[in-house]
Amino acid sequence: MTAAILINNVKKSYGSLDALKGIDLTINRGEFFGLLGPNGAGKSTLINIIAGLANADAGSVSVLGHDVVVDYRQARQALGVVPQELVFDAFFSVREVLKIQSGYFGLGKENDVWIDELLEALALTDKASVNMRALSGGMKRRVLIAQALVHKPEVVILDEPTAGVDVELRKLLWGFVEQLNQKGHTIVLTTHYLEEAEKLCDRIAILNHGEVIALDTKASLLQSEICSKLHLIIKTAEPIEQLPDALAPSIRDKIKHLDGCQMRLELDKDKDVIVDVLAAIANAGIKVVDLETERADLEDVFIELTSKKASS
Amino acid sequence: MINRGFYTLFYKETLRFYKVALQTILAPIITTLLYFLVFSHVLKDRVMVFEDLSYTSFLIPGLVMMTIIQNAFANSSSSLIQSKVTGNIIFLLLTPLSYVEFYMAFILAAMVRGLVVGIGVFLIVICFVSVPVHSYAFLFVFALLASAVLGTLGIIAGIWAEKFDQLAGFQNFIIMPLSFLSGVFYSIHSLPAFWQMVSHLNPFFYMVDGFRYGFFGVSDTSPWISLVLIALAFAGLAKFAIKLLKQGYKLRH
Repeated sequence: MTAAILINNVKKSYGSLDALKGIDLTINRGEFFGLLGPNGAGKSTLINIIAGLANADAGSVSVLGHDVVVDYRQARQALGVVPQELVFDAFFSVREVLKIQSGYFGLGKENDVWIDELLEALALTDKASVNMRALSGGMKRRVLIAQALVHKPEVVILDEPTAGVDVELRKLLWGFVEQLNQKGHTIVLTTHYLEEAEKLCDRIAILNHGEVIALDTKASLLQSEICSKLHLIIKTAEPIEQLPDALAPSIRDKIKHLDGCQMRLELDKDKDVIVDVLAAIANAGIKVVDLETERADLEDVFIELTSKKASS
Repeated sequence: MINRGFYTLFYKETLRFYKVALQTILAPIITTLLYFLVFSHVLKDRVMVFEDLSYTSFLIPGLVMMTIIQNAFANSSSSLIQSKVTGNIIFLLLTPLSYVEFYMAFILAAMVRGLVVGIGVFLIVICFVSVPVHSYAFLFVFALLASAVLGTLGIIAGIWAEKFDQLAGFQNFIIMPLSFLSGVFYSIHSLPAFWQMVSHLNPFFYMVDGFRYGFFGVSDTSPWISLVLIALAFAGLAKFAIKLLKQGYKLRH
């Protein structure tokens, strides 16, 4: 089956900065794919190259088998991009913007039903005849999404679609995007909110300094070594100046942070038993008044991988 | 059948200036009428241009052409720079429109604006002054070609400029002086030999001169020479503009 997006050894430099150092990536049809990375990792550059907004120095990209340079018309017909920046045309109303965008893709009145559906799904129906200038930031963001979907593209790229968006809109948006994915659209998402990626994406690529440093299913990433750890945070009755000698060395080794009444231990979630650890601490004469546990999530994987790369 | 993508862009570019018609149509008509009023009043008894032709009549074709030139340029250049600065040009760049469709839609909308304003000026002034028409064919060809050349120059300037002041520079230091000094207000035969020669280097001179021939059947240079020169300029500029669009110069980074 043709890949939704096939990226082959894509390189891009801006002056002396190597923004992309040879990216290879295949995004399958129907996937909900997460593209993560810190600021400046090259995510937007890669998206711009896929969308034809930037030209790669080397390598090739195709969307549904259409090269984005040679067969740009077919590639762009298959692709919808929600840009990161809140851009809008102040001359037109919401409906005019959508009808014009639809026309660029060769669609006429026959697409009006879909435009109405989009307005409805994004709760924009009552704003259809309002000028873009008069909309709030959240409303403008919804119009951007509608614009990107107006030609029913099979592949949809959302570049940080929830940056600065309130909780309600975020929920509405993700509900809508999940529906699209269920209908067979391929979704590529970049986001800073890792819990969103963790919740939505099937497969995730982490980009750092223009390279793919991790590419796996969400489940595999969450089963990695980093995610086998469990953090136990303990609050003690008295501040601890020095660890008591009675505390077993095996427990001492697990303490990663000690600050006054707070102690942070790193446990192996498969081997260590929390009750035993607590008992050992109590036996050493430390009185525990409160505790909480933290499981490693995608954020820890992300931080571990990106910081490892930075220090190497 | 006309391609719908192209037609939509042309429609959008036309709708864009129509929505602010006060600024894009009415204002330039009023400005040109003021020029007409002041210059014809001050100079009508002092300047002799062509035999048997009043200065007031002489002024009309030049002013109409100057209006066409300035407005055709303003339309494509301002639309492009605005979309670039605000960033919404991205929604145009993401579409499957070809470079030629992009170019054609912008230039045609620029021509429509130039011609609408030019015709507006013309219709008002002929209510007060009689102007003969020697050749409708020459009138139309020169009006169409001049607006196409300026629409294309507007696209080039709009692509090149990154900020509004760069575009204003292009407009105020190139388009305005060249259109003012193209023989709108005088026949270049009244100038000293050196300035006559300099005027022949001004491409806008041929637009005004050829257009004037369409009205009076008299011109400083043969209208055929003007026609060929403008057509060549158009071909060269169009090729250059399409090349810039194809390369994505300053549009696709």
